[in-house]
Amino acid sequence: MSDFLLQNINLILPIFLLILGYTAGSIAERRHYRSIERREQEFLALPAVTLRDVESSEEVSGQLVIGNVVISIDYFKRALAILRNIFGGRVASYESLVDRARREAILRMKEEAAKAGAHIVVNMRIETSSIGQSANRKKQIGSVEAIAYGTALIKQV
Amino acid sequence: MIITNIETIPGKAIVEHYGIVQGSTVRAKHIGRDFMAGLKNLVGGELKGYTELLSEAREEALRRMTEQARQMGANAVVNVRFATSSVAQGAAELFAYGTAVRVE
Repeated sequence: MSDFLLQNINLILPIFLLILGYTAGSIAERRHYRSIERREQEFLALPAVTLRDVESSEEVSGQLVIGNVVISIDYFKRALAILRNIFGGRVASYESLVDRARREAILRMKEEAAKAGAHIVVNMRIETSSIGQSANRKKQIGSVEAIAYGTALIKQV
Repeated sequence: MIITNIETIPGKAIVEHYGIVQGSTVRAKHIGRDFMAGLKNLVGGELKGYTELLSEAREEALRRMTEQARQMGANAVVNVRFATSSVAQGAAELFAYGTAVRVE
């Protein structure tokens, strides 16, 4: 049995990694989505808008707030995406990754704004950046990096 | 030092413009972090080491920008923008720029 495993390690290892990537990746993704949805509900009272300025009769002060996150792709999804490169079309596995990264970045920004006592975040901008190089290249760490920033408006008392 | 990414400082009036100020920093990820990220890459999920690296770098860029603004005699920076670029393999440049102003 162990001889068989050793002889076919080239075949067995990728299959094992695919299964590991698929199970761990989908568990992590489901858990992350649940946590994102729960926190989005919590922050309903603190909207983030892309408008430059919101008319306000009260005295307010402003402060820059930032949130960022780096999320990595799992082995299975990367394999799927490489297959997709052959046929073209929607790469659904990457769509959810980018979506998670952006929403998480916005939530972290809102957390910072809430800590400062803000009631709204205006002129929010989202950017995706790169330290991990392209998400698809072999021997590279496939990751998506999102940053959200805006101006938190805080009511003066 | 007040920093915003809108054209004004809420509740204050801009009395003087000093022009553009910028700050940037180039960071490389180190091998230890890279190794852990490589492992994490199999199962997916957040790469905490990289998240930290990015936010540290961003703070550094902001700090350099505000330092420059302070030297000009400004007390606020408005309309701040962030940009990132990868200048070399495994290294990232984080860049923050804005307009230095004096508010009252």
